[in-house]
Amino acid sequence: MKILGLDSSGLVASVAIVEDNDLKGEYTVNYKKTHSQTLLPMLDEVAKMIELDLNSIDAIAVSGGPGSFTGLRIGSATAKGLGLALGKPLIHIPTVDALAYNLAGNRDNICPLMDARRNQTYTGLYRFDGNQMEIIKPQCAVGIDEIIAEVNKLGQAVVFLGDGVAVFEAYIRENCTVPYTFAPAHVNKQRAGAVAALGEIYYTEGKTETAEEHKPDYLRLSQAERERLEGEQKK
Amino acid sequence: MVTLQMMNKEIKILAIESSCDETAAAVVVNGRDVRSNVISSQIALHTLYGGVVPEIASRKHIEKINQVIEQALSDASVTLDDIDAIGVTYGPGLVGALLVGVAEAKAISYAKNIPLVGVHHIEGHISANYIENKELEPPFLCLVVSGGHTHLVKVLDYGKYEILGRTRDDAAGEAFDKVARAIGLGYPGGPKIEKVSHEGNPHAMEFPRAKIEDGPYDFSFSGLKSAVLNYINGCNMKGIEVVQADVAASFQKAVTDVLVGNAMKAIDEFKMDKFAIAGGVASNGTLREAMREACEKKGVKFYHPSPIFCTDNAAMIGVAAYYDFLAGKRDGLDLNAIPNLKLGER
Repeated sequence: MKILGLDSSGLVASVAIVEDNDLKGEYTVNYKKTHSQTLLPMLDEVAKMIELDLNSIDAIAVSGGPGSFTGLRIGSATAKGLGLALGKPLIHIPTVDALAYNLAGNRDNICPLMDARRNQTYTGLYRFDGNQMEIIKPQCAVGIDEIIAEVNKLGQAVVFLGDGVAVFEAYIRENCTVPYTFAPAHVNKQRAGAVAALGEIYYTEGKTETAEEHKPDYLRLSQAERERLEGEQKK
Repeated sequence: MVTLQMMNKEIKILAIESSCDETAAAVVVNGRDVRSNVISSQIALHTLYGGVVPEIASRKHIEKINQVIEQALSDASVTLDDIDAIGVTYGPGLVGALLVGVAEAKAISYAKNIPLVGVHHIEGHISANYIENKELEPPFLCLVVSGGHTHLVKVLDYGKYEILGRTRDDAAGEAFDKVARAIGLGYPGGPKIEKVSHEGNPHAMEFPRAKIEDGPYDFSFSGLKSAVLNYINGCNMKGIEVVQADVAASFQKAVTDVLVGNAMKAIDEFKMDKFAIAGGVASNGTLREAMREACEKKGVKFYHPSPIFCTDNAAMIGVAAYYDFLAGKRDGLDLNAIPNLKLGER
C-alpha cells in the first residue's frame, strides 16, 4: 500500500510518501506561507528522489482541516487535481488528528493547539494505547480556557503541540493544573508523514472518498455567513 | 512560432476559470472551436449578500471544480490523454478563488505531464470574440466592460495589448450593481437595470458624463453613481416618488454614452476598422445596439460575443491559452495566483 500525504493547513507545507508502514520520503518546510508556489514543486522533488511513479500510489491523504482557509484549499485542490488525473481516491484526515498522531505511542494525553485567531484554538484531546489512537475530544474550535479546563478535569499529564503553543503558552503556564510538556521541534507542527501514516489506517478501514466529493472541513462559517446568521437571530 | 506541424495537428486545450463567482471548464480545439463549455454559477448564493463574498465563492469553487472539469471533458468526448495543454486563469481576480483553479490545474498538469499555460482573465474576455467570429484577427480595438473591469484596449496581435484607457474608480458593471441596489432592484444589477429600463425614459434625467482631462480614454463612474444617489435622496426629502424605470434608463444611457464616446474617439484617433466589446456588461442589449449604430456610421466592423461567452467562462480562457501556447508560453509548478495581474504582463 502506498499513500501520498499532503498538509498545507498552517504555516507548514509538507508532502510525504508512506509505503507499508515505511516513510519513503518527506519534505516539510516551515518558512513563509507560499504554499501555492511550493507544495507541488516539493512533491516533484520528493518524487524524483525516491523514483516515485505517481500512478503507483493507492490514495492521496490530505489534511482536510481545520486550518487556514486558503491553505486548506491549496492542499485540497492539489489533492483533488491529482485524484482526478490519476483516478485515485482521496482520504480526508482531520488536521488535529494528524497533529496528535505525531506523538503516537506517547503515554500522556495529547492536546494539539492551533491558533484559530479570534481568541480561539482548533484543538482536540487524544490518548494512545500503543500506536492505537483514541479520540477523547474530537477536533473543534473553542476558547483556550475551555480546552484547558477539560485537560485539567482529566487530571492526567498532557503534551501540548502545534502553532498555538507559542500563542497560548502564558495562559497554559498560569492555568494548567496537571503536569504538562511541550512537544519537541521535530514533532510539534503539521507533518505529511503523520497524514500519510494515518491515511494507511483509514485506507485499510475503507475510509476513502472520491476526488470529486472531497472538500475541506473548516469547522467555521465564513465571516459573511456568520454575520448574516447573527443578524437573523437578532430579528 | 506557429510551426507547420502544429498547424496540421488538432490542439486541444482544457481550460479552467475560477477568478470570481463562476466555476468553469471548457475544451477548445485550435483556439476557435469550443467543444464544451461548462459553467457552474454561484449567483443565487451571493444574492443573499448583495454581492460576491470571496470566502463563500472560494468554498463553492472547491466543491464544484472536479465535477465541472469532468463534465467539460465528457461533453467534449475526450479524456485527459487527448489534451495538449491546460489553460488556467491566474489573475486578475479574487485571490482565494483563483488559487483553487490554479492549484487544481497544476496538479492535473503535473500528474499527466500536460503543459500548463497561465491565462490573464481579461485577455480571455477579449479572446471570447474569436469564438463566433472565425474571421476576426488582430489588430482591432476592444472595450472590456464587466463587474470588475473597464478597459479600452488596442489588440495589436495575439497576446499583445496596449491599454488606451481604464476606469479611474468603479468598473462599469460595479456602477450598475450599486445603482441597482440604490433603486431597490438588487443583485446582480446589470440584467435587472437593463430589463426595467425598457419601461423607462432614458432622457428623464440628465446624469453627468464624466470627461477626464489627462486621460482622454479613461473612464469614471463614481460621479455618475453619486449623482444618481443624490437624485434619489433629493426625491425622498421632497417627497417626490422615484420612478425606478426612468432612473435606470437614464443611468444606463449615461454609461452607454461615455463608453460609446470614448470608443469612437479611439477608433478615429487610431484609425481602427474593427471594434469588439467583451465582458459581462457586453451582454447589455442597449450598449450593444448603441455600439453597433455608432460603428455602422463610421463603416467600422462591430463584434460582440454571445451572452454565454460574455459572462465569466472557460471557453474564452481556452482560446487565449491556445494563442499563448502557440507562442511558446509555458508555466511551471510554481505558478501562483496574482489578484492584480496587469494586462499584457508575461
